[in-house]
Amino acid sequence: MEKPLTKNIKPDRQPISMEEYKITGGYEAVTKALKTLTPSEVTDLVKKSNLKGRGGAGFPTGLKWSFVPMGDEAPRPKYIIANADEMEPGTFKDRLLLEGDPHLLVEGMIVAGYAIQAEVGYIFLRWAYKDAEKYLLKAIQEAYHAGYLGKNILGSDYSFELKVHTSAGRYMCGEETGLLNSLEGKRANPRSKPPYPQTSGLWGKPTIVNNVETLCNVPHIVNNGPEWFKNLSLTEDGGTKIYGASGKVKRPGLWELPMGTTLGEILDHAGGMQEGLKFRGALPGGASTDFLVEDHLDVKLDFTHVQEAGSRLGTGTIIVLDDKTCPVGMVQNLEHFFAQESCGWCTPCREGLPWIARTLDAIEKGQGQPGDLELLSAHAKLLGPGHTFCALAPGAVEPLQSALKYFGEDFQRHIDEKRCPWR
Amino acid sequence: MAKITVDGKVYEVDENNNLLDACLSLGLDLPYFCWHPAMGSVGACRQCAVKQYKDENDQRGMIVMACMTPVVDGARISIRDPEAVEFRARVIEWLMMNHPHDCPICDEGGECHLQDMTVMTGHNYRHYRFNKRTHRNQYLGPLINHEMNRCIECYRCVRYYRELAGGRDFDVFASHDHVYFGRHEDGILESPFSGNLVEICPTGVFTDKTLKKHFSRKWDLETAPSICIHCGLGCNTIPGERYGMLRRIRNRYNRQVNGYFLCDRGRYGYEFVNSESRIKYPLIKNDSAPQHQTTTRAKALEHWAEIEKTKVIGIGSPRASLEANFALQELVGEENFFSGISEKDAQLISTAIEILKKGAARPASLHDVELADAVFVLGEDLTNSAPMLDFALRQSIRRKPMEIARKLRIWEWDDSAVREAIQQEKGPLFLATPAETKLDEIATDTFHGAPQDLARLGFAVAHALDATSPPVTGLPDKLQSLVEEIAKNLREAENPLVISGLGCRTEAIIHATANIAWALCRLGKKAKICLTSPECNSIGLGLLSNANLQDALSALEGSDSATLVILENDLYRRSSGEFVEELFKAANKVVVLDYLETPTTLKADMVLPVATFAEGDGTLINNEGRAQRYFQVFIPAGETRESWRWLRDMMFTEEHTQAKEWQNLDHVILALADRYPLLSKVKEIAPSAEFRIIEQKIPRQPHRYSGRTAMHANINVSEPKPPEDPDSALSFSMEGTPEIPPAALIPRFWQPGWNSVQSLNKFQSEVAGSLIGGDPGIRLIEPSEISEIEFFKSVPPSFQSKDNKWEAVPLYHIFGSEELSVHSAGIAELTPTPYLMVSPSSFQELILNENEKVIVSLENQDVQLPIMISPSLPKGVVGISTGLPGLPNLDLPNWVIIKGMSKSEDSE
Repeated sequence: MEKPLTKNIKPDRQPISMEEYKITGGYEAVTKALKTLTPSEVTDLVKKSNLKGRGGAGFPTGLKWSFVPMGDEAPRPKYIIANADEMEPGTFKDRLLLEGDPHLLVEGMIVAGYAIQAEVGYIFLRWAYKDAEKYLLKAIQEAYHAGYLGKNILGSDYSFELKVHTSAGRYMCGEETGLLNSLEGKRANPRSKPPYPQTSGLWGKPTIVNNVETLCNVPHIVNNGPEWFKNLSLTEDGGTKIYGASGKVKRPGLWELPMGTTLGEILDHAGGMQEGLKFRGALPGGASTDFLVEDHLDVKLDFTHVQEAGSRLGTGTIIVLDDKTCPVGMVQNLEHFFAQESCGWCTPCREGLPWIARTLDAIEKGQGQPGDLELLSAHAKLLGPGHTFCALAPGAVEPLQSALKYFGEDFQRHIDEKRCPWR
Repeated sequence: MAKITVDGKVYEVDENNNLLDACLSLGLDLPYFCWHPAMGSVGACRQCAVKQYKDENDQRGMIVMACMTPVVDGARISIRDPEAVEFRARVIEWLMMNHPHDCPICDEGGECHLQDMTVMTGHNYRHYRFNKRTHRNQYLGPLINHEMNRCIECYRCVRYYRELAGGRDFDVFASHDHVYFGRHEDGILESPFSGNLVEICPTGVFTDKTLKKHFSRKWDLETAPSICIHCGLGCNTIPGERYGMLRRIRNRYNRQVNGYFLCDRGRYGYEFVNSESRIKYPLIKNDSAPQHQTTTRAKALEHWAEIEKTKVIGIGSPRASLEANFALQELVGEENFFSGISEKDAQLISTAIEILKKGAARPASLHDVELADAVFVLGEDLTNSAPMLDFALRQSIRRKPMEIARKLRIWEWDDSAVREAIQQEKGPLFLATPAETKLDEIATDTFHGAPQDLARLGFAVAHALDATSPPVTGLPDKLQSLVEEIAKNLREAENPLVISGLGCRTEAIIHATANIAWALCRLGKKAKICLTSPECNSIGLGLLSNANLQDALSALEGSDSATLVILENDLYRRSSGEFVEELFKAANKVVVLDYLETPTTLKADMVLPVATFAEGDGTLINNEGRAQRYFQVFIPAGETRESWRWLRDMMFTEEHTQAKEWQNLDHVILALADRYPLLSKVKEIAPSAEFRIIEQKIPRQPHRYSGRTAMHANINVSEPKPPEDPDSALSFSMEGTPEIPPAALIPRFWQPGWNSVQSLNKFQSEVAGSLIGGDPGIRLIEPSEISEIEFFKSVPPSFQSKDNKWEAVPLYHIFGSEELSVHSAGIAELTPTPYLMVSPSSFQELILNENEKVIVSLENQDVQLPIMISPSLPKGVVGISTGLPGLPNLDLPNWVIIKGMSKSEDSE
């Protein structure tokens, strides 16, 4: 089985050097793209590959790029940004790529930058990823030295500057428009869409924001072609996926597997549940996705099938809930996170999430009241898509609404018994 | 236009709008917070949720925010949909989670948008059972009170303050449900437009601190439409009174003039009306009683009749109404009437009027200024001399960059998207002033020079635009390239604008400004010109007379026992003390009509107490020639009456047969219109006193006015009959029409369900459009189509510095330079002490120690002043703070001698 994304990752996860990277075919995609392909041909390859955004939303990457105005009339400069602000709870897949194979991201950004004819690239990095910062800066320096970055790359007309911006650390910075505001030195509030960043992004200029994993796929698509990429997958969505598991499984971790691997298979990779514990459910793609339960172990984890099962693939890094852990406590923990990470811009998110969190606190402390579950259900709907300014609150209520659906009895017991039965 | 369906009913609406704007323009009730007609949509509060359907078959629909959804032809929405109704009630419930519910002790109570919207959504039961968050409040200066716990986080304040008013010292801090709106630390808000926060805030976070000191509810305030008198722009206001005390000023929307906003001088300068220095009874002094003695109206008029009057000389005032000045003119005769301003100021006013009349370039209203896409300001520190022009320019610099948003197909109302798209881009704004000004921070380029050099720059720009305009020789290269740059930007603009005014007191600058505007007109541009006028009726006075104070002295000196009648004018602010003394000496008797004790009233043989703007009616003509009526708000105590009534009663000769019979303001206006054809439209600016709506007057007191039978019960339990108002269609009563009156007579913005100022939507023809029936006020001077433009020819020579002499220019302060507003405690607190501003090089040349005082000598006057240093001043030029209390009138710009002063000489 091919593992294009992680093939270079060393067992000790130390970053590979420029030489090592080049031996395994590194920067061939840059050479190929700049020397043999037009920008729109690169975009077409990515379009045909059916690569979908790995940050969680699953938007077709090639299509996104195609919205960028091209040609002499296009506003300048244009920007390509790697969203490396990996702050989704339970998600650590980009960290592996950033630390283990920094050149892959650099190469992906050059190719993507070429496709949209960006002058400048930014890697917007989570503040806590100190090692990644070090490795990326080194890789970028090496790439400049080797002539893959800077003026007239490989003697072509294309020039591209790449910079690392270390975030100050808010969940909202992972939302692409919040990220742009933050990069501009403003509050990390989301922006209204339309206009989309593709036409009016960083400093009001055309901008593409892609997830790290997404960009890391790009060199391989250019090198091996879209058909190869599609064939890596078990389903319609192209490529491999870095899946992960956390929670009380035997071997938490990350695995690059064909897109469409089932939930059960991923649990197998994680070695199953720890001794004495039973699987109760899992959030398939980080904290802001709906629970899947035992009935869903055969669901193929890709964008389409997870959606059919009532959740979202999200980041593909699952958080596992076992039978000895209180589901109310788990949701309470998550809602506290979301309430705190709300930027405070729109009313439902700013006020609704703390209300949810405090209600869950009360329930968990045995101070739940009749009506609390109705209030929580109502909020799960009230904070739904379209009601709020951005996707934070709709994402935040996904674990809540599904927990109420699958573990409703546990919530009710808290209220009836005036205590947490798991304590 | 587009057709949309709202709850099954089809309407035609403007397709360039969003659904909220469209619904409000249709008169439908839809609650909102973060949206503001002057600030557009940002989608933060989620209060204006409606259901939108794809087509007639769509039964489910989806919730959308009306403010963020563009109108499209065929759109189908529902306001009444149960899901939308429930969502809107929930939004209020969320907003109310942390709100203190302290309405009874909140100054906003009764005119609170949050109260109104809460009632509108039907939310009335609180489900939230946890603790509320609390904030610490800040001291924000003497004008604005801060109570953060009431905040509902609509973000209007921070958007207004930073994006519209251009302030930097106010922001939103922290995040999630802890967001905090204020300054980084306690301190006075720097923006001179911060008072608008009071009206922008939909609840009681920002309230009027001056009102707090003498608080009254909106429903207890007697109000009338008024005009601000604290500069020449004529912003429309609504003063409110209770128990004979003026309590506050609120904005009165006029799309052509001030729109939604006022400056802080206009909003807070009103307290002189309540001042301890008010003159409430006639005062008389004579040889037997050298101190002023209070007397009655009848006695005063008797006294007047006894004064020997071989000749009566009248001195008018740019701060008195057209009617008052005209009445004085009637009393003394046209040949004996003099405008109460200096020779130089009178000359400048006539030049300005000449330019406005001559035309080609139309005078710009404040609204026009906001729409200008390239602006050149000459000589004026607008922030301090005509503050709302500063505000308008801060909007105008967005006009040109708006093109970027338009290309991206972003609607202009989609405010945050527009701002993300245009980022820091600013349209062309060039400033040429003697010293740095606050607007420098947003200017494309600035030039600081001596007044003559500013004029030369202006003439050069005009010449660059049109070769037939006189050239300027010998400009330095650097300046020449600035000239080209300014000319290029003005030429390329669609709506170019040149601004100057009377603040710099330099005629050549005004000439140069006119030349630029005319040159642009000759290029086929719709160029506009804006000339500031120093006082609320400078132009009105100039239209009646351009005979100045010097002429008045000559007239007095020519006769033996002439009597001098001075109308609402402190001559010591117009001329040197020496000159005023001379004037008084030349007069046999001096009669002064004024409302405040001034150095001039102290010298008078008789003082007659007259009405302020809040106690009488009248017409003022603003800087663009717009005549606007202000109406009496309340009946003053004592013997105070409108100046024209006093003057009418002082008429005694045969020539006065008609004027003696004036019964009400309309009679004065008719006579005025008759005499001056140019002023004939003054008749039309407001309905006459006869006007009724179904036989009813328009009530000054709101429908919920309380205590009518009790408020005077400690004096007399019988309710007095409401006083008559012979002068207008407004009544001093709660009784009257409930209908919306003609725009000129709107005494307050208030509609059923809309108790706050947001009810304004109901008074406009469409949201942010004109008031129903047209905005009040008429521009009297509309330029005619002219065939040939005759440029001003005389270009001044360049400035040459002198040894041991300095060219002193006037520097203005929004708080302090204006006579009346400094009587407000808050404004007085913000007023600087007088100073001399010098450049660092002049400072060295003068060999001065900082903080040491200097003596500045101008002709026969010596003034002691502390030094301030500004690197912006050109060589050989110094600035003197002007108009501040404690400083005599100085005829600036002028050459002065500066002497250092040792500590021992310091009289303080």
